[in-house]
Amino acid sequence: MSQTTDTADAVATQEALDLAVAERVGPSAAPVAPPVTSRRRSPMTRLGLGTDNPWVGRAVFVAFALVLLAIPTLLDDPTRIRQWAEYLSYAMIAVGIDIAWGYGGMLTMGQGVFFGLGAYAMGMHLSLEQVPDGQIPQFMSLYADNTELPLIWRPFGSLWFAVLAAILIPAIVAACLGLLVFKRRIRGPYFAILTQASALIFSLILIGQLKLTAGTNGLTNFTTVFGRQRYDPDTNTFLYYLAAGALLVVVLVAMLVVRSRFGRLLVATRDGEDRVRFLGYDPAVVKTIAFALSAAMAGLAGALAAPIIGIVAPDQFSVLPSILMVCWVAVGGRGTLWGAVLGAIVVSWSQTKFSETRPDDWVYFQGALFIVVVGFLPGGIAGTLTWLRRRVAPSPSAEPASPLSSALPVGAEGVVA
Amino acid sequence: MQSFLQQLFIGSSLASILLLAALGLTFTFGQMGIINMAHGEFIMAGAYVPYALQTGILAGSVGGAFLVAMPVAFVVVGLMGVVLYRLLLRRMLNRTLDTLLVTVGVSLIMQQLARDIFGAQNVEVIAPTFLRGNWEVAGVIMPHTRLFIIGLVAAIVVGLSAFLAKAPQGRRMRAVMQHRQLASVSGLKTSRVDAATFFVGSALAGLAGVAVALIGPIGSAVGTDYVVDAFLVVIVGGLGKLRGTIIAAVALGLLNAYIEKYLSGVSQSAASLAKAVVLGCVILFLQFRPNGIVSFRTRGLAT
Repeated sequence: MSQTTDTADAVATQEALDLAVAERVGPSAAPVAPPVTSRRRSPMTRLGLGTDNPWVGRAVFVAFALVLLAIPTLLDDPTRIRQWAEYLSYAMIAVGIDIAWGYGGMLTMGQGVFFGLGAYAMGMHLSLEQVPDGQIPQFMSLYADNTELPLIWRPFGSLWFAVLAAILIPAIVAACLGLLVFKRRIRGPYFAILTQASALIFSLILIGQLKLTAGTNGLTNFTTVFGRQRYDPDTNTFLYYLAAGALLVVVLVAMLVVRSRFGRLLVATRDGEDRVRFLGYDPAVVKTIAFALSAAMAGLAGALAAPIIGIVAPDQFSVLPSILMVCWVAVGGRGTLWGAVLGAIVVSWSQTKFSETRPDDWVYFQGALFIVVVGFLPGGIAGTLTWLRRRVAPSPSAEPASPLSSALPVGAEGVVA
Repeated sequence: MQSFLQQLFIGSSLASILLLAALGLTFTFGQMGIINMAHGEFIMAGAYVPYALQTGILAGSVGGAFLVAMPVAFVVVGLMGVVLYRLLLRRMLNRTLDTLLVTVGVSLIMQQLARDIFGAQNVEVIAPTFLRGNWEVAGVIMPHTRLFIIGLVAAIVVGLSAFLAKAPQGRRMRAVMQHRQLASVSGLKTSRVDAATFFVGSALAGLAGVAVALIGPIGSAVGTDYVVDAFLVVIVGGLGKLRGTIIAAVALGLLNAYIEKYLSGVSQSAASLAKAVVLGCVILFLQFRPNGIVSFRTRGLAT
C-alpha cells in the first residue's frame, strides 16, 4: 500500500465505512460522522472554491451550463464550433473514466472500445441515412459480392435503436468483462493491462472485418446528419448544442452518483476493498456497476462524436487514443468531476493548437505532459488549485499538504498483488 | 501432420519472441511493481542498433555489424533503463498505476525521437549470410533467422536461471523480490539492487530488439506490437517467476498459432480473431488462477 497519507481522504474513507456500518448495523449502533465533515470532500471544495455550501456546487453547475451556451456566440466560426463540440464529447468520456478510475480506482485503458462501440453504432445509422431504404452503403459493394444488407446492420436504420445501442452495448460489454474480472479479485495493473489488450484487439477486429466495418478507412462520407446538411454552418451549431446538452446530463448523473450512498461505497471500495467486503458488501458488484456506467458514458460520447467528427475509423479507438483519454483525467485532476471535464477540454484544445502550428511537437508535448502531471502533480489542475488554496489560506482543520499528496486518492494507484 | 508440425514451429517461434520481450518485464514488474510501458520502445531502440551499425561505422561488413550489435544493444539499452529508473521511476515505487502512465509518456517521446532520428519510413536490417535460407525437415520450413532466435532465447533462459540461482546479484534480486523490507533490514541496498534489475530487464529488451530486427521491417512503432502481448504473458505466468513466464509464453505462442491456423479456414481475418480468442482464454484462465501459473505462496489478504 502507498505511504501517502492525506487527512481529507482518510476522513472520507472512514466516513464511508462508518456510513456503511451504520446502514448494516442500524443507526444506533455506530457513530455517524457529523454532516459538516461529510461535505468537506465535495468536488467544489476540491476545486478550491473553499466552501461547504451545497448551493455553491449547484451554482457552479448553472454557471457551467451558461458558459456552454455562450461559447458558440463567442467563437462565431463554424469550424471552431465543430471542434468545441468534439471537445465536449471527449469531456463525457473523461467524466466516465473519472468515475471508474478517480472514484473507483480502476484504471481503464480500454475506454476506446466503448467509445468506438458507440461511434460505430451511430456511424452505421449515418451510413444508412446516406442511401435509400433497402440499399447497401457504398463501401459494401466494394468489398463484398452480396447486395443484401448484413443482418447486424439492419436495425441501425432506426435512429432510436442506434442511440440505445450506443449506450447499452458498451454498458453490457463492460458489465460482462467487469463481473468476470472483479469477481476473481483481479485488480490494479492486471485490470489495466487486460483493458489495454482489449483495446488493441478491438481495433484489430475492426480492421479485419472489412465487409462489415470498411476496415482501416472506416465509415465516412456522411453528407447528411439527422436529416441536415453536414456542411451547413447551422448543423455545427446544432451538433454543438446536442453535445453540450448531453454533457450536462452526463455531469449531472455523475454528480448524483458520486454524492449518493453508492458513490461513497465506491470510494470506500477504492481505498479499502477488503474492509468493504468484511462489512458484507460485494466490491465486485460495486466496481462492475461503476465500470458499466463509465462505459455507457463513453458510448454516448461515441454516438455524438460520429456525426461531429464525420468519420468513424479504427485508429480512433486503439491503444494510444485510449491512453490519451486517461491523460485528460490525469491532467484535469482525478477524483474531481470538474477536473475531468476541464482536462479533456484543455488537452484536446492544446492538441488542436499544436496540430495547426507544429504537428510534430505535439507528441513531445503529450509525452512530457504525462511525465510531469502523473509523476509530479498527480492531483492535476484541480489538485494543484486545492494545494495553492491551502498554501494561501490554510484552514485550521486541514493540514498543509504537498502537491504530491493532495488530492491523490490513497490506494488509487492500485495494490501490487 | 505436416501442417501440425509447421504450426508447431510457427508457434514456438512466436513463443520465443514473446518470452524474450516478457523476461525483462516480469522482473521489473515483479520486483518493483513498476509497469514499464516504455519496454516496447526499448525493444525498438535495440532493433535500431544493428541498423545504425550496418548503415554507420560498420557499413562494410553486414555479418560483423550484426554480431557486434548484440552486445552493444545489451549495454546501451540496459543503460537507458538505468537512466529511466534513476531519473523517474525510483521515486514511484508502490505507485504501480502511476508508473504505467508515466512510462507511456516516455514511450511517446522515444517513438517521436526515433522518427526524428531515423525517419518515419520503416527500415530493413540485412540478415548476415549465415542466417539466410531455410532448413527443411519433413516438409516443415524453418527459416534460419527463426531458429537462431529460438536458440538465442534458450541460451538466455539458461544463463538467466543460472544467474538467479548462483550469482550474488541474482540472489539479491530474488531476496528483494520475495520480501523487500526484510531484504532491506538484512543490509541490502534495495535501490542499488533495483537499478541492477532495471539494467538486466532493459538489456534483455535490447536483445529482443536485435532479434525482432531479423524477422521484419522496423519502425518507431515496432515495440508497441509486442509489448501488449508480452504483458499478457507476464500476467499469465505470474510475477517475477521465470518458470511461469516460460510456460505462459509457450502456451500463448502455440495457442495463437493453432487458433490462427484453424480460423484461417473460416475467416479472412484469422490473425485478429485469433488474438481475440487468446485474450478470451487469458481472462478465462485468470478465473482459475488469478495470480498466474506460478505465484508466491502467501497467507496475506491482498493476493
